[in-house]
Amino acid sequence: MSGTRPDPTPADDEVRMEVHDPDPAGADAARVAADRAIADQALIDDVPDEAVVEPRPVRQRDPDEPALLDVRGLKTHFHTRSGVVQAVDGVDLSVQRGEVLGVVGESGCGKSVTALSIMGLVPYPGKVEAGTVTFDDQDLTGLSNRQMSRLRGDRLSMIFQQPGSALNPVHRAGRQIEEVYELHRDYDDEEQTRRAADMLRQVGIPDPERRARAYPHELSGGMAQRVMIAMALACQPDLLIADEPTTALDVTIQAQILDLMRDLVAESGTAVVLITHDLGVVAEMADRVAVMYAGQVVEEADVITLFEDPKHPYTRGLIGSMPVLGDRREALETIPGVVPNLVDPPVGCRFADRCHARVEHDLSICTEQDPELLPVVETDGDAHVVRCFLHHDAEGRPRAVEGGSTPADVVTAPAELAPGEGP
Amino acid sequence: MIAYAVKRILTAIPVLFGVVVVVFLLPRVVLGDPCRAVLGPRATEASCEQFAAANGLDDPIWEQFTRFVGDVLTFDLGESIKFSRPVTEVLLDRLPLTIELALSALLLAIVVGVPLGIAAARWHNSPVDIGTMAFANVGVSMPIFWLGLMLSYLFAVVLGDTFLALPPTGRFSPGLTPEPFYEVWGWTVSDSGFWSGLLEFLSKFAVFNAVISAQWAGAWDAIRHLILPTIALATIPMAIIARMTRSSLLDVLGRDYVRTAAAKGARDARVVRRHALRNALLPVVTIIGLQLGLLLGGAVLTETVFVLPGIGTALFDAITTRDYPIVQGFTLVIASTYVVVNLVVDLSYGYLDPRVRLQ
Ligand SMILES: Nc1ncnc2c1ncn2[C@@H]1O[C@H](COP(=O)(O)OP(=O)(O)O)[C@@H](O)[C@H]1O
Ligand code: SF4
Ligand SMILES: [Mg+2]
Repeated sequence: MSGTRPDPTPADDEVRMEVHDPDPAGADAARVAADRAIADQALIDDVPDEAVVEPRPVRQRDPDEPALLDVRGLKTHFHTRSGVVQAVDGVDLSVQRGEVLGVVGESGCGKSVTALSIMGLVPYPGKVEAGTVTFDDQDLTGLSNRQMSRLRGDRLSMIFQQPGSALNPVHRAGRQIEEVYELHRDYDDEEQTRRAADMLRQVGIPDPERRARAYPHELSGGMAQRVMIAMALACQPDLLIADEPTTALDVTIQAQILDLMRDLVAESGTAVVLITHDLGVVAEMADRVAVMYAGQVVEEADVITLFEDPKHPYTRGLIGSMPVLGDRREALETIPGVVPNLVDPPVGCRFADRCHARVEHDLSICTEQDPELLPVVETDGDAHVVRCFLHHDAEGRPRAVEGGSTPADVVTAPAELAPGEGP
Repeated sequence: MIAYAVKRILTAIPVLFGVVVVVFLLPRVVLGDPCRAVLGPRATEASCEQFAAANGLDDPIWEQFTRFVGDVLTFDLGESIKFSRPVTEVLLDRLPLTIELALSALLLAIVVGVPLGIAAARWHNSPVDIGTMAFANVGVSMPIFWLGLMLSYLFAVVLGDTFLALPPTGRFSPGLTPEPFYEVWGWTVSDSGFWSGLLEFLSKFAVFNAVISAQWAGAWDAIRHLILPTIALATIPMAIIARMTRSSLLDVLGRDYVRTAAAKGARDARVVRRHALRNALLPVVTIIGLQLGLLLGGAVLTETVFVLPGIGTALFDAITTRDYPIVQGFTLVIASTYVVVNLVVDLSYGYLDPRVRLQ
């Protein structure tokens, strides 16, 4: 990403939010965000005083542009001995070229399984049961394994949470990058070696020719993740899926890796699905955000709207429990309760047993009918969608009711609410 | 890698020394009174004194030990009581057959066991997997004695009149004992000396000997005699290797780097071949090394069932007749083989897994 960086203030540094010279669009977005932040102050007083999304260029969606990746009604289930785990149960997502889509949610809510379903790499005993994954006008769920492997690593690629174990311990780092070319390009050995070293240089590895000969156990976690990124971007894919790429790394290394990813994808125009449980990462990286809960997307909006005007009680809870400054603890520990068992979930909203808004507004429909992912009232099109009966009635008509609840209310569910209990 | 190899070879030396110590002490502990063990329980005091003096048993123990070490280093393992021949000679006479048997059994166990394990893991829970595991579970609990007799019965009696018939005992059919290859080649070999000894030793590898000297009928006959003992001896290690390969490969196929390989666009067969197999075979190599130890033990039984003159039958006879120099010498060779095999296993480990070389 271009632009000079002013000296960050110590506080900025601490939460490693970088301030970029805003381009005009970014400046606009930033102003809007700031205005909104003030306007919403009365409503959401737990949201940090300063805007969570620092002024930075946020790519705005062009509604006329076709999506690069369009996931519709994706269901991936695991047929285990203890029942059918509905890990992904009707996920809708879309990503345009060059866009960074953040996918957030607590651990166990189906983010990784969604990613693996897109890649066609769902492990046994999992199976994609329904839905389509349209990538560049082609439904990937209908492709053979052979056709899929031609796309993987070339046009869509993936990096994982544990860089140390994601590299093969018995092959040299450079060799593992060369293999991508061996699989997808007609380069001779020399060209492969040269390009692998070139990729290592691009991901900021000093002395790449020497590092290429290192075995994975000789690399630090940050180095290993750089090698993974080099491997994933070797063929300049259209789409990169990054599943918690920095979760396993030290905080300072996290920042470096995120910067690197942002720069590289901005340069190559690669679209990114960035999976994380860390809203801070999303605030810093994403253009759009999809919030997942219990195998479903519960809200999706552009990053600024999502942070300034969150609609779903779960999203509000997530944002309300974000640390304002300082260390990045597991952001979600202040929402009481856990992600429900995904084996035979009961009818109704999956969040119901943890949702205080439901109690406050006395919404009995929440446990009688499944909410759908629908546009919120102020927007047209599907720029901001939410899955919640606070915002839609039983027929899916938008409700004008704005939940008067603050995140603080939302997050302190009454103790007597037992899971699955109706109001 | 070279530094690792040198280090590993050096660590084998104290182990070999330990083997020598144990073999030295063995008859002194087990036999109690070597004189009566050798000369019989009714040997007189006088003959025992004579025996002790002749064998240096009156000398201080450390002197006996240094002499023993010196003997071992010069390959002098004493004289067999039963055969009245140097132990080394008996050993060199018998060893080739046992090596042939153990190696062919190991080869069969690997060549069949590893692919079976791979197939079972790749098609996990399929009929291939279920069949392989059923075979493996029966295979590991198959007594060699019983299996040997069953095989003999099946191939020599039931199928005795068909083209599948195989000989149940012995090394050669009457009249088909091949000439030593050097005689076929018309070499004149002096009666004694290192080179003639070596040639004679090599010529005792029956299949090798017959093949290089183009004695095809003899070669085929020698191979046919080896088939049933090889199957009997290979069954247990084959089952163990298949099971180990399967579980190791299943484990590796669930690893993150295997998923990475698939995410790069490698297809299933390539993922298994390039990314999973090498990692999965690491523990299998260890198991194969351990099997060789078991094979040497199993060879004793196999040679007995199939009446083959290898070190197994010699050792068996020596134990029952208290021919302790033979027991001592053979134990030394078997134990050293074991140490050397483990050394080879560790070296191949270092070759397969870069992480090992650093430790
Ligand atoms: N191999 C598997 N077998 C059975 N259940 C699985 C398997 N992998 C994931 N799941 C289940 O799928 C759900 C979603 O998992 P995952 O996508 O890994 O969550 P996240 O990435 O959001 O933390 C979890 O409830 C998990 O138990
Ligand atoms: S649908 Fe009901 S239970 Fe679910 S989040 Fe909305 S208000 Fe809460
Ligand atoms: Mg995950």
